[in-house]
Amino acid sequence: MEHLIDIVLLGLLMITGFAIVRMKSLLAVAMLTSIYSLLSASLFVVLDAVDVALTEAAIGAGISTILMLATVALTSDEEKKSRHTPLLPLAVVTLTGAALIYGTLDMPHYGDPAAPVHQHVASTYLHDTSREIGVPNVVTSVLASYRGYDTLGEVTVIFTAGAGVLALLGYRTRRRNIEGPGIRKLVVLRVIAKLFFPLILLFALYVLFHGDYGPGGGFQAGVIFATGFILYALAFGLGNAQRVIPQPLLRIMAAVGVLIYAAVGIEGILLGGKFLEYGVLADDPVTGQHLGILLIELGVGITVTAVMLIIYYGFVSRRH
Amino acid sequence: MDMVVEILSWILLLGGAAFLLIGAIGVLRFPDFYTRLHAVSVCDTLGAGLVLIGLMLQGGFSLVTVKLLLIFYFMMFSGPTAVHALAHAALRSKLKPLVDDHESR
Repeated sequence: MEHLIDIVLLGLLMITGFAIVRMKSLLAVAMLTSIYSLLSASLFVVLDAVDVALTEAAIGAGISTILMLATVALTSDEEKKSRHTPLLPLAVVTLTGAALIYGTLDMPHYGDPAAPVHQHVASTYLHDTSREIGVPNVVTSVLASYRGYDTLGEVTVIFTAGAGVLALLGYRTRRRNIEGPGIRKLVVLRVIAKLFFPLILLFALYVLFHGDYGPGGGFQAGVIFATGFILYALAFGLGNAQRVIPQPLLRIMAAVGVLIYAAVGIEGILLGGKFLEYGVLADDPVTGQHLGILLIELGVGITVTAVMLIIYYGFVSRRH
Repeated sequence: MDMVVEILSWILLLGGAAFLLIGAIGVLRFPDFYTRLHAVSVCDTLGAGLVLIGLMLQGGFSLVTVKLLLIFYFMMFSGPTAVHALAHAALRSKLKPLVDDHESR
C-alpha cells in the first residue's frame, strides 16, 4: 500500500518536473514549483519525516512561491529564448544523472536498518534523548541540542541572506498611498484576512513552542509568522503592513534572533559549561536543556520571520 | 454502532473523493477561466469538506478530530475566498467571460 503511494507521488513529481521544463510562462512555472514542493512534502510525510515535511510545505510551497511571484512581477512573465544550442547542457545533465544513478547502486537498500547511517550516531541520539534532554521529539533534540552548533550556523546563513538582499535591493518606506490600487473593493478578502491573521500568528506560536513535543520549531514557526504578515500586506497594502511592523524594526529583529542564540551559548560558558551546553542553565540538567532549546528556538523564529519579511518588503516595495 | 460509523465515514470519504474527481474533470472540460474556476471552487469545498468529516468520524472523540475540525473551519473560509480573489483579479486584468451571445447566431 505504501509502495503504491510512493509510486504515485514520485510519478506526479516527475510529471511536474517535465511540465516545469516545458512551460514558457514564468508565473505558471512558479505555481508548478509550489506543487512540486507540496508533493515532496507529502513524500516526506510518507517517510515519517514530519518535521521536514512541515518545513518543505511552509517554505517550499508557501513563502518561496510568494517570493518567486513577487520576483516575476518585477521582471518579465515570459521566459527568454536561449541563443545557444541545448546540446552541451543536455550532455552535462545526462552524464551527471548517470553518475548519480551509478552511485546509488552501492547504497544500502531503502529502509535497511543495518545501513551505516543508522549505525553511527543516530542510535545514540535515539537512545539518550529521553534521558539527557527529556524531549519527546528527537528531531528537535538533535537539531537544537546535540547539533546546536550547526543550527547556529544555519541561522547565521539566513541572517546573511537577509543582509545580502538588503544590500542589493535596499528598501523604500511608503508613507503615503496606504490603499493599494484595486484592493479597495476586495471586502471579502479583507474580512477573511482579518479573521485569519491572528489565527496564523497563534498557530506560528504553537509550532514554535510545541516543537519539543510535536513536529515544528523555530524555522517553520518563523516562516508561518512571516506568512501571516504577508497575507496582511496583500489584503491591506504594503504601507499598512509596514506600519504594523516597520523595516528598521525588522533589521534589528534579524540581528537580535542570532544574538539570542549566541548569547545562550556564551551563557553556557559563563556558567562553567561549554559553548551551547544547555545543561548548566538551570539546577537540573534536563530543565536546563528545555530552557536552552526554548530560547534558541525563539531566536531562530525571530531571525527567520525578520529575514523573510525583509526579502518580501525588498521585492514588493520596488514595484511602485 | 461502530459498524454504522465506519460505513457512514466511508460513504463520506468516497463521496468527497467523487466530488474532487468531478471538479478535476470540470477544470479540464469547461471552456473558459471563469467556468473552470466555478467547477473547482464548488467541488473542492464540498469534496474536501466531506473527506474531512469522514476522517473526523474515523478519529472519534480525540485530539485528531479537534485538529481536523480546525482544518475544516480553515478550508471553509480559505477556499471560497481564494477563488473569489482569483476571479476578481482576472476580471480586473480585463479577462472577458465567455458569454453565449444569442443575437450573433
